[in-house]
Amino acid sequence: MDIVIDGLSKSYGSQKAVDNISFEVRTGEIVGFLGPNGAGKTTTMRMITQYLSPDSGQITIGGKSTTRNNLRGNIGYLPEHNPLYDDMPVIEYLAFCGQLQGIARSNLDQRIREMVVMCGLNDEKHKKIGELSKGYRQRVGLAQAMIHDPAILILDEPTTGLDPNQRVEIRDLIKKLGVHKSVILCTHILPEVEATCDRILIINKGKIVANGTPEALRSHTSGKSFILVDIEGAPREVITQSIKSLPGVSSVGLSADHRLLEVECADGNQTARAIYRLCVGKEWMLLQMSPVEVRLEDIFRNVTMN
Amino acid sequence: MRESWIIAKKELNSFFDSLVAYILLVAFLGFSGFFTWLWGNDIFFHKQASLDIFFNVALWSLFFFIPAITMRQFAEEKKTGTIELLLTKKLSNHQLVIGKFLACLLLVAIALAFTIPYYVSVARLGNIDHGSTITGYLGLILMSSMYIAIGLLASSLTNNQIVAFLMALLIGVVFQFIFGALGSSQSGWLGGILTDLSVPTHYESMSRGVIDTKDVIYFLALTFLGLMLTELNISKRS
Repeated sequence: MDIVIDGLSKSYGSQKAVDNISFEVRTGEIVGFLGPNGAGKTTTMRMITQYLSPDSGQITIGGKSTTRNNLRGNIGYLPEHNPLYDDMPVIEYLAFCGQLQGIARSNLDQRIREMVVMCGLNDEKHKKIGELSKGYRQRVGLAQAMIHDPAILILDEPTTGLDPNQRVEIRDLIKKLGVHKSVILCTHILPEVEATCDRILIINKGKIVANGTPEALRSHTSGKSFILVDIEGAPREVITQSIKSLPGVSSVGLSADHRLLEVECADGNQTARAIYRLCVGKEWMLLQMSPVEVRLEDIFRNVTMN
Repeated sequence: MRESWIIAKKELNSFFDSLVAYILLVAFLGFSGFFTWLWGNDIFFHKQASLDIFFNVALWSLFFFIPAITMRQFAEEKKTGTIELLLTKKLSNHQLVIGKFLACLLLVAIALAFTIPYYVSVARLGNIDHGSTITGYLGLILMSSMYIAIGLLASSLTNNQIVAFLMALLIGVVFQFIFGALGSSQSGWLGGILTDLSVPTHYESMSRGVIDTKDVIYFLALTFLGLMLTELNISKRS
């Protein structure tokens, strides 16, 4: 089910939380929704899930507008901070959520069993939610979001509190589900976004500042490449000077661990060839040369800090 | 309706899981039993086969107990954020409010059901007026509905349970005492209106066996008003 958002705005008093944003999420797409705290992520999620109504703009889910239809049944939502009823046992809670989502009684037990297995809740299923550790609470939150097999999944920080193994498990689960569903994943863990998402949306101060695949964002936002090189055969200053004088190189610095030279240039491949020729010409040993990918973190900082 | 019933069942379960229900039942039955059968102006003192005394005590105990069962309903959901979870499910604001209302009303009805032995005992002791007993119970249910609606409204206004409790009690006091007191101190149409707004005016005639449409409409109208305002509050997502 596709989500189409068009000119969406929402203010709290005089403060504009979401300012005229538009984007689409297609079926089978996992979109990473990023942004600094207070950028308007949660407000946007809440509007898509019909918890808040927008001041202006349209949200269309599967061709139907949210202003006139109750489309909540199509959405599985894991809210921020994962609110749960602490005094309810896990199974009872899942049954409650399943019933509210309109799962038929004959099908309910089956769905609960599937969710318990899928989210790894088997050992804790008879405990009260209040007795669970944070990781298990998070799994219960995920299970309730997915219990009615919704066409759309909206997950606000689904892996907080999970250990690295669990994170990989949940990530794989989301990837698997994302083949047939539209998934919006809100998180601060950037490597996770790279590992899971097909597309990245970055929102800042209520506006979308970046939208594209990780590769597209890289080339779009930086326009520069970095190459790490290690050369032997002359003092470092001499090498640095020689590389600096190559065409297209804008600066040469030291890498974070001070062992390698970090070359900033306009076109990575061309400069790499030039460095190779330089080494051959001067009979220096080229021990290492590797292109550096622009990290998502840098892109994030770049578009959200101004 | 199905959704409201799911909510009602869950809330009723949580009353019994969290001891609220047991404390309420014990306190209500202890309180009303004590004053009806054992102490002071009790049934044996009156030497009449009537539950008037019970209805009077029940009115006062419910007046205090209802805010205690309604205070949690929305205040806690708002505080823990679970309201977001509920209202992003296939559940309308309306169904949620009705579900919570039903749960509270059922709990009160269960408490009242436990007093049926009082009725049976009195009926065996003498010639009880069955009609006025039934209207008395009906009056209690109607009055409880109204106070539950007020309690839910108070709970929807805040995310602090104590505030919700006190607010419900305060609004209750206005209906229970203030209108009556002001009504009797004023003459003319103003006094009439104020007296008409007071709960005891309407409740007493019912517990005496008179079903006046005016009384029924009074309780139902206030119940609807309370629930409507509650729903409005919930939809504002404050």
